[in-house]
Amino acid sequence: MPDLLTNLNELSGGLFIIAAFGIVAARQMRGCMIFFIFQSFFLAASAFIMGIITSSDHLMIVGGINILTKVIFLPWLLSRLVPRKIATKREIVQVINIPTSLIIALLLTITAYFLTVPWLKAAPGADALHINVPIGLAGLLLGAYTLSVRREAVPQLLGLLSMENGAFFAGVAIAPNLPLMLELALAFDILIITFIAGILTRTVHERIGTTAVGTLSTLREEPRK
Amino acid sequence: MGKYLLFNILQVLTVLVFSPLVIGVLNRLKEIVQSKHGPGILQPYRDLWKLFSKDEVVSEESTWIFRATPYVAFVTPLFVTLLIPVLTSYPLFWAFMADMVGAGFVLALGGFFAALAAVDAANPYGPMGASRTRMVGFLGEPIFIIVFFTVSFVADSTIPYIVQQKWVTPLSNFFEPAHILLLISFIMLILAEKGRIPVDNPSGHFELAMIEESKDLEYSGKGAALMKWGGWMKFFVLMNIFLNVLVTPWGLASTVQLSAVLLAVPLVLFKILLFIIFLVLIESSLAKLRLFRISEYMSTAFIIAVIAMLTSVFTG
Repeated sequence: MPDLLTNLNELSGGLFIIAAFGIVAARQMRGCMIFFIFQSFFLAASAFIMGIITSSDHLMIVGGINILTKVIFLPWLLSRLVPRKIATKREIVQVINIPTSLIIALLLTITAYFLTVPWLKAAPGADALHINVPIGLAGLLLGAYTLSVRREAVPQLLGLLSMENGAFFAGVAIAPNLPLMLELALAFDILIITFIAGILTRTVHERIGTTAVGTLSTLREEPRK
Repeated sequence: MGKYLLFNILQVLTVLVFSPLVIGVLNRLKEIVQSKHGPGILQPYRDLWKLFSKDEVVSEESTWIFRATPYVAFVTPLFVTLLIPVLTSYPLFWAFMADMVGAGFVLALGGFFAALAAVDAANPYGPMGASRTRMVGFLGEPIFIIVFFTVSFVADSTIPYIVQQKWVTPLSNFFEPAHILLLISFIMLILAEKGRIPVDNPSGHFELAMIEESKDLEYSGKGAALMKWGGWMKFFVLMNIFLNVLVTPWGLASTVQLSAVLLAVPLVLFKILLFIIFLVLIESSLAKLRLFRISEYMSTAFIIAVIAMLTSVFTG
């Protein structure tokens, strides 16, 4: 039985990181969102499994809050706030093409592993650390990578939130008895971030007819030469 | 010893006899989903019969490669059958002749000859299809390699009979991340390798869009029959590698009795039926990708295979 639980935890880790790759590479905003929901779901699954292994009620509640906020409430909020026209648009703009992007993301994942090896050696302990910490760090890096290659507001927001997911994925293994207050505060934070970003996206879309925030970088004070 | 030899011959006969049936059922299921009144499940056998009783036309300009290819394409899946578990979960007479990498090599040999023959006949569409098949092939190669790496890393072996036991002893190994992710990656690979829907449309007959089919446009009569039958057997063998080696050895005979081995035939066919239903669901719900999107599809499969390897490295 403990073997099965460890395996299931590792499996949700693997699927978690694949969902992160999906957020990097999905072509449509809707696809990005679906991958984000999957990622949050696997995060919650890992929290539940860790909760059973370490018999910690806190982790169960963390998983529950995750399901409520990120799997149910957040997608609903985004789909209400973001105009339908953006959500179903195809071929969102990306700086690097998708296969190259995937390969770079893969290198980031391998880097995450090598970064955590010395750390894991210094802290021998639960099996779960060996999967949750490198994958959590990889999730963090992939989220940051999504932020930097996507040129649209909503996928960037999802990249930011998937960074948070990555941090949490490592967190559930490192600190099984995370103060509940922290998790609650974070959950509300995420909703507020989504709310603000959603309203901002909507306004930007209404004003200038696009949400390709990448073009904002050409805005400068001095006239371009 | 004699019994093992008999079982081996039974395995080869199973592949030989039932591979057209599998294709027939697959096509029939697809027709049901698309609400068509198509031919019955025995149509592939009738096609073979018709082609075998027709005359063959061979271009005067073609070389021996064109004439030899149908035999190579027909024989290579049968060779692989000797290496993999089709009916039994214990190694048979030839099992240790080559490992999974060897089996992959023998299968690739058939594809190599088919591509050469397509160029040899100098039909304008042949070389185009051949070069596209090679493109899909070389994108698939790294996935094959990584899958075998991971399998040999996790199971400490590349002999199919040893690998298949690893996933169910103990049963919790079934849920190992490497296992599940390898399965996803290998399904994507089979779809690409056999030209099924997200990569190529097997029922499409528009020459400019063909990938897999246009290689044997130039064949007629017995040559066409052997090429088709060989292709179906390759599909059957790939499904067997997937279902019996990579998924689980469930349904295979585990005792050295003729009755057990004969019972394994319907069980294996049932497993294949389940897989085919899954395949029909995929094929009916997805559209064919544009040619330049195939690299994205293949890189996704590659990423999943590498993640499978990484998670098994993470967990030691």
